[in-house]
Amino acid sequence: MSAPAPHKVRVTREHARELLRQMILVRRFEEACVEQYGAQKIRGFLHLYIGEEANAVGVMQALTPEDAVVATYREHGHALIRGIPATAVMAEMFGKAAGCSRGRGGSMHLFDASRRFYGGNAIVGGGLPLAVGLALADKLRGLARVTCCIFGEGAAAEGEFHESLNLAALWKLPVLFVCENNRYAMGTAIERSESVPDIRRHAEVYGIASETVDGMNVVDVEVAARRAAEAVRAGEGPRFLENHTYRFRAHSMFDPDLYRDKAEVETWKKRGPIVRFSQWVLETGTLHQADIDAIEAETAQTIADAVAFAEAAPPEPVEDLLRDVYAPRPAAPEPPAP
Amino acid sequence: MSATRRITYREAVREALREALLRDPRVFLMGEDVGRYGGAYACSSGLLAEFGEERIRDTPLSESAFVGAGIGAAIGGMRPIVEVMTINFSLLALDQIVNNAATLRHMSGGQIAVPVVIRMATGAGRQLAAQHSHSLECWYAHVPGIRAVAPATIADARGMLWTALQEPNPVVIFEHATLYSDEGEVPAGGEFAVDIDRAAIRRAGADLSLITYGGSLKKALAAAETLAGERIDCEVIDLRTLRPLDEETLLASVRRTHRALIVDEGWRSGSLAGEIAARIAEQAFFDLDAPVRRVCSAEVPIPYPRHLEEAATPQVDTIVAAARGLMRR
Ligand SMILES: Cc1ncc(C[n+]2csc(CCOP(=O)(O)OP(=O)(O)O)c2C)c(N)n1
Ligand SMILES: [Mg+2]
Repeated sequence: MSAPAPHKVRVTREHARELLRQMILVRRFEEACVEQYGAQKIRGFLHLYIGEEANAVGVMQALTPEDAVVATYREHGHALIRGIPATAVMAEMFGKAAGCSRGRGGSMHLFDASRRFYGGNAIVGGGLPLAVGLALADKLRGLARVTCCIFGEGAAAEGEFHESLNLAALWKLPVLFVCENNRYAMGTAIERSESVPDIRRHAEVYGIASETVDGMNVVDVEVAARRAAEAVRAGEGPRFLENHTYRFRAHSMFDPDLYRDKAEVETWKKRGPIVRFSQWVLETGTLHQADIDAIEAETAQTIADAVAFAEAAPPEPVEDLLRDVYAPRPAAPEPPAP
Repeated sequence: MSATRRITYREAVREALREALLRDPRVFLMGEDVGRYGGAYACSSGLLAEFGEERIRDTPLSESAFVGAGIGAAIGGMRPIVEVMTINFSLLALDQIVNNAATLRHMSGGQIAVPVVIRMATGAGRQLAAQHSHSLECWYAHVPGIRAVAPATIADARGMLWTALQEPNPVVIFEHATLYSDEGEVPAGGEFAVDIDRAAIRRAGADLSLITYGGSLKKALAAAETLAGERIDCEVIDLRTLRPLDEETLLASVRRTHRALIVDEGWRSGSLAGEIAARIAEQAFFDLDAPVRRVCSAEVPIPYPRHLEEAATPQVDTIVAAARGLMRR
């Protein structure tokens, strides 16, 4: 494991266990989603995070509960690690009112305002301006908080990406931009969509300090995210991380995955974040097989509880269809005197 | 009757694309994942292998840029077919379509033609939640300078594209995403092209004009079947072209049946259904035996759970109920 020199973290036994537990939670949750999709309990689009777990887990270590998160439709992992209970996330996938978005959003629109988790955005690039605005509010209110904005490399081609980076840099706003570069936007490989595939260089053009990170290595991600978040929190303006990662599964459940080499997928799987980290903790004696077995058992129970909870939760009555379109309004002011 | 073949809507779109590419060297297709991936709805699968990267162009996720580039290429002498994956993402290209494609001819005093064709999937019905379920066709149909069409049948999916490519004006084609796997008849060979001017009477009837388009046509036809069992004889009109509206066909039908029920997956407020109702009121008021009725989507972003999505959008039973109400049954 290669932790970058300037910011070497000491991975204690407790911390190693927690990192591994979180990655395994995300992995097993996603596997359960596949199963529930097969059972037609989860419908619509379903974008899995399998293979990319080190990114959500590493980045979230650097955030405090006061910070904000803006993510995409591939956000189940981020939601779980942010602390939204697996029960509420699974119930959302099932479209139940007990879900974290009352079932109205489904897999692509997980929200939890109490945890400052602002979605769950299914328009590519749509989250970036929002994150800039959240950070602007913090700056105007004098709050030393970070808004962490997570998106795929595909978003870097959108105008909203460039407009948001420029604005955040121009106004020195506290945004931590995290590009999860998994090399593909649906079926389009990055080389075929970016004239400069080195995404961090786009950030640098706007004067944003950036870093490329091994997104398959949870400790590397954590170290880079802590460093960047500290700078953002200290008022130094936005920071940008480009995490190199890979999705092991198809883009969504509708994707036949015919555009990439099976061998390429297999090569990346060998570098899988859970496999590698498990190996490292075992080899260094940080954890033992019994620890990993315990994590697996504990996680299996969490997932089983989440599925049972989602299954048992009642559907929302149709009479409530029109709720939550507008907020209840305060009483109207007195009409002006004639 | 001449010979026909059964194909899916998706195959019809693919055949139409292929025919256009074969017949006119100026035609090229561009959009997100139209090449390697074969199109988000598999409408262009196989075309990259046959026509190559120059003519089947995968674009980055840059709706404003590639739609605008399609408009520019059309002005520059090509005949681009631009695929926007869905209407939801077309909002990022709305500026190019509304401020450039629709206006350039007029602003230039008639000097500039914009013969671009922009295709996009539209509509709800697949549990994709609010950001992926919009029916905003009426936003485009609102804009002078644009021709907006909605092929609701397999034959129209097969035939409208070529006609659209012959237009000297920008044409936006809306393909309802629930239609792609449906099957239907197209001519076995020969000419497929169909007009993009006239509404079509999909079912003749005497008691009530059921006016609709796109993904709602099959629901309206199913409702008409049910209603026939109750001896309510519906005439089902498929608008086909949303702008300009074929008033003649619409009004003639209403004058025969004296009742109009409009089915539109758009939200009721500011809908195309509202426009049609207004035209009927303006021009056929004294032919009506009952007030015009509408079945539209409820005024709520489309929710994810199936039962709520169904409750939010027009369904066969809500159409049937509205028709009964109109007939005072
Ligand atoms: C504006 C917009 N255009 C197109 C789409 C359709 N779409 C959904 S995800 C996706 C690929 C995005 O790739 P990337 O940003 O790299 O994220 P990843 O899925 O790899 O995590 C596309 C094209 C969309 N949702 N929004
Ligand atoms: Mg990607």
